[in-house]
Amino acid sequence: MQQIFHFIFKNSNRLLFLLLLGISLALTIQSHSFHRSRVISSANFLSGGVYEKINNINEYLNLKTENDALALENATLKSLLFNKKDTASVAKLDSLKGVKPQDIIVSKVIHNSYSVPENYLTLNSGANQGVKPDMGVVNSLGIVGIIDNTSANYSTVISILNKKSQINAKIKKSNHFGSLIWNGKNTGFVQLIDVPRLAAIRKGDTIVTGGQSVIFPENINIGTISKIEKDNQTHFYTITVKLFNDMTNLGHVYIIKSKDKEEVTNLEKLEKDE
Amino acid sequence: MNSTLLVNILRFILLLAVQVIVFNNMNFLGYISPFPYILFIILYPVNGNKTGLLLSSFLLGLIMDLFSNSGGVHATACLSLAYLRPYIFKFSFGLSYEYQTVKLNDVVTPERFSFILVAVLLHHLILFILEAFQFSIILDVLLRTLLSTVFTIILCVTIIYLIKPNKR
Repeated sequence: MQQIFHFIFKNSNRLLFLLLLGISLALTIQSHSFHRSRVISSANFLSGGVYEKINNINEYLNLKTENDALALENATLKSLLFNKKDTASVAKLDSLKGVKPQDIIVSKVIHNSYSVPENYLTLNSGANQGVKPDMGVVNSLGIVGIIDNTSANYSTVISILNKKSQINAKIKKSNHFGSLIWNGKNTGFVQLIDVPRLAAIRKGDTIVTGGQSVIFPENINIGTISKIEKDNQTHFYTITVKLFNDMTNLGHVYIIKSKDKEEVTNLEKLEKDE
Repeated sequence: MNSTLLVNILRFILLLAVQVIVFNNMNFLGYISPFPYILFIILYPVNGNKTGLLLSSFLLGLIMDLFSNSGGVHATACLSLAYLRPYIFKFSFGLSYEYQTVKLNDVVTPERFSFILVAVLLHHLILFILEAFQFSIILDVLLRTLLSTVFTIILCVTIIYLIKPNKR
């Protein structure tokens, strides 16, 4: 017994090192292997609060560009409204009992990351504002990512510039589906894989979100085709997509709250269980 | 002794704050980012409490992970650096390390520079390998490590010169 104590005292630093190394390696592996539920995330009061303070200052430097972007978006929406056949009538909601199928929470990116293979953003709205994991995040130009973790007032987003992100997307004119991934290299480009050879595609075609995912509504802009490669083994196209969004410069974003999502997910789970 | 503790706590907070506010937002060419916050581990007193160093380095890394959403990558790298620090001392200072006359917070001599170089390289190598977590992009990781190491060392030496205590 005495010898055991002696051993522990003698090697206390080494044992402490091994213990802490075990903890940190476990955290690392856990963050790489699971889609969600990371223990350490920036959606907490400490880092969220600090990032919000920093962002409050940075915001003043970008006021002009941010205003221009919002004015441009307003102009686009106005032109949609004015060019309708009857400008006086309000659009009929595509729903029953006045429940909108999609709802939007407005939010702001308070921390942006784009230099590592797995990028996450931090937003300044959380569970108190109704944000839940797996909601889609878009801005006026296109998609941004999917909500990962939430705390009371902050949430983290898996950016589309993240190797773990995989989003259903399609070619706008031909409706051929594929998966949108990122190879971790260039922040302006993402890859669309598993597009069948049948698809008639050309450089410059628009890529939008597909209807198969319940996270994003259909037909949200993503980018344009900039390079097409054929994979000789799998007979699928690998397409390089130039993003509409500048992921290094994000301001206000919209979180999409889909009313149908729970129903669809439950239904699909039922199907799987049988 | 008490003032050393105070200086270390202050250094811990200040370096972390500067790292999060300024250096985390620096991305040269999109992927070269400096991490001068490990100066805390490098400048920790040579004959200081080893357990304290291990615990504070782990905490330092964990807080960095908290801010950069990276799991436990920084914590692992910092902890390994803190544990291997005595061996790096022995490597770059030779015998004089044993007599505890080493003072890092001073003019940069070749020995001191080699110590900083090895320490930063080790930290960055562990950091970037764990961050990528796959072997297929190992060349990319090595390039990144090299470039970031150069960047971090330049900043570290600058900071050491800036906070060097005046001897007049």
